[in-house]
Amino acid sequence: MDTPAVTVNNFSLELGGAQILNDVSFSVLPGDYLSIVGPNGAGKTTLLKCLNRVLTGGSGDVRICGTPIGELSQRELAQRVSYVPQLDGRSLPFTAAEFMAMGRYPYLSSFSGIREHDRSELNAAACQAGIEDLLERQLDTLSGGERQKVFIAAALAQGAQIMLLDEPTTFLDYRHQVEVGRLLRHLNREGGKTVLAVTHDLNSALDGCNRALALKQGEIVFDGPPVELLQETRLRDIYRTEFAFIEQPGSELPFIRPWEAL
Amino acid sequence: MGGRGVVWAVVLISLAVVLLAPLAGPHAIGLSALFDPSAAGVDGEILWKIRVPRVCTSFLAGCSLAAGGLAFQALFRNPLATPFTLGVASGASLGASLYVGLGLTFSLFGFSGETAASFAGAMLAVGFVYSLSRLKSGFTTGGMLLAGVAVSFFFSSLILLIQYISDFTKSFNILRRLIGGIQVVGFGPALNLLPFALVGGVVLVSLAHELNLLTVGEDIATSRGVDVRRVRKVVFGVVSLMVAAVVSVCGPIGFVGMMAPHMVRLLVGPDHRRLTPATILFGGGFLTLCDTMARTLIAPVEIPVGVITALLGGPFFLWLLLGGQGGRIS
Repeated sequence: MDTPAVTVNNFSLELGGAQILNDVSFSVLPGDYLSIVGPNGAGKTTLLKCLNRVLTGGSGDVRICGTPIGELSQRELAQRVSYVPQLDGRSLPFTAAEFMAMGRYPYLSSFSGIREHDRSELNAAACQAGIEDLLERQLDTLSGGERQKVFIAAALAQGAQIMLLDEPTTFLDYRHQVEVGRLLRHLNREGGKTVLAVTHDLNSALDGCNRALALKQGEIVFDGPPVELLQETRLRDIYRTEFAFIEQPGSELPFIRPWEAL
Repeated sequence: MGGRGVVWAVVLISLAVVLLAPLAGPHAIGLSALFDPSAAGVDGEILWKIRVPRVCTSFLAGCSLAAGGLAFQALFRNPLATPFTLGVASGASLGASLYVGLGLTFSLFGFSGETAASFAGAMLAVGFVYSLSRLKSGFTTGGMLLAGVAVSFFFSSLILLIQYISDFTKSFNILRRLIGGIQVVGFGPALNLLPFALVGGVVLVSLAHELNLLTVGEDIATSRGVDVRRVRKVVFGVVSLMVAAVVSVCGPIGFVGMMAPHMVRLLVGPDHRRLTPATILFGGGFLTLCDTMARTLIAPVEIPVGVITALLGGPFFLWLLLGGQGGRIS
């Protein structure tokens, strides 16, 4: 059996006196596409940040590709895990190409610049994300959707096996939601990336993932195939909301619409 | 905009300023003295004992201040964050004032006791600001700047107290130090600055990738593999050393660390691989120019160079605050 890409065992985290994550355990196999869902404040983003040490502390065991996270240097970790945060790119003074080049940081030494090998990795990442035309543009001149694709390409350039994404399609228009969703599925299926994506929109989240993890108040309340998550009582418990379920032709997943807060 | 061409232009202009500056002054000096260090005349004497050492000192001081400002701006992602606005310089001044006020005389590893005392003061201020930033995660940059202001006021009051209880000569000495001016004879002060400027400059240039990523944000920098804590410690340490050395030699010269990085950023763009070396050289040239103005504007009377930089920097600060190119570090 494969070594899990990510293993989390009995992980708890307290921030400023509040229990954000409580005894969380799960593991992700290489090639999995895991959607982490749950209401606001459930600890989704925090959990993601603990997997690449953007947040430190907490108790329990976190392993990346079998190695305890504490034994990896930040560079080694960055070679295994990349991250697309919710980032406001409007104030970033770089071009898309400059921003992407920073993704090669874990492979650079202090005085070296981008080498031939880095350049081909960057081109490949730009090509996969379909942003070749945007490379010379300043980030603050791009639309939100274009910028998100650049951020994903920059994470790709990092050459990591595992990708963490925080709300990758939120705030994007429909067209870009579809494009980014398709890109992530492509990276997962064709590119062999292990994807962990946090989102609160179940309809877009569950389309394409093979597993869903639901958090509520810092605890895992569901871990399994997406179709099993979309059940009336389960969603009512997690979101304290009544949902309507609408059959979708050509999909085993129903489309859900919240209609009453409980 | 940007590119190597602009960087080279900045380098050449800075060097030109440094080469020409020794010729300016109340006493006209012929070019012949420049090429003949052994010339025994008054020209040679003035040139090699006073003007060239002074230009060297102001150049190195300018380099250090600009480098420190640039690194802090990247670290805090704010164009107003400099060693001065964060209280490092007032900490160094307090150290220097204590040294003078208590009438201490010692030296440490070949560096003057005043440098050591300034460094201790600077470390005190940095330690305070640093632990404040660690104390509460998510401490805003605005909060840090305000804390810096508070630290500055507190230290200024202590300096006033030291002055008040010191005798007249010491008090006057302290006052002269606080104004910030470059009055040196011989190469001693420049040699005192050189190791700090050199080592600090090399370290900050070597951190170009890290500073670029920190400009984007700490989360991104961490996720790309930057050990943010280590970088922050190194930058704090190196910048305190550089600024403390400058304060111990020239007193607090403000605003260079804020203006130089900002102007160079407008010229060469945000990439620290070009920005850091260009800013360091530009800062050196800029302070040399300011100091040359200080010596010549109303010669034979000298204006302290700190007054000139503050007169330029005050309006510049306001311009940044009002948003002229200043809302972002770009």
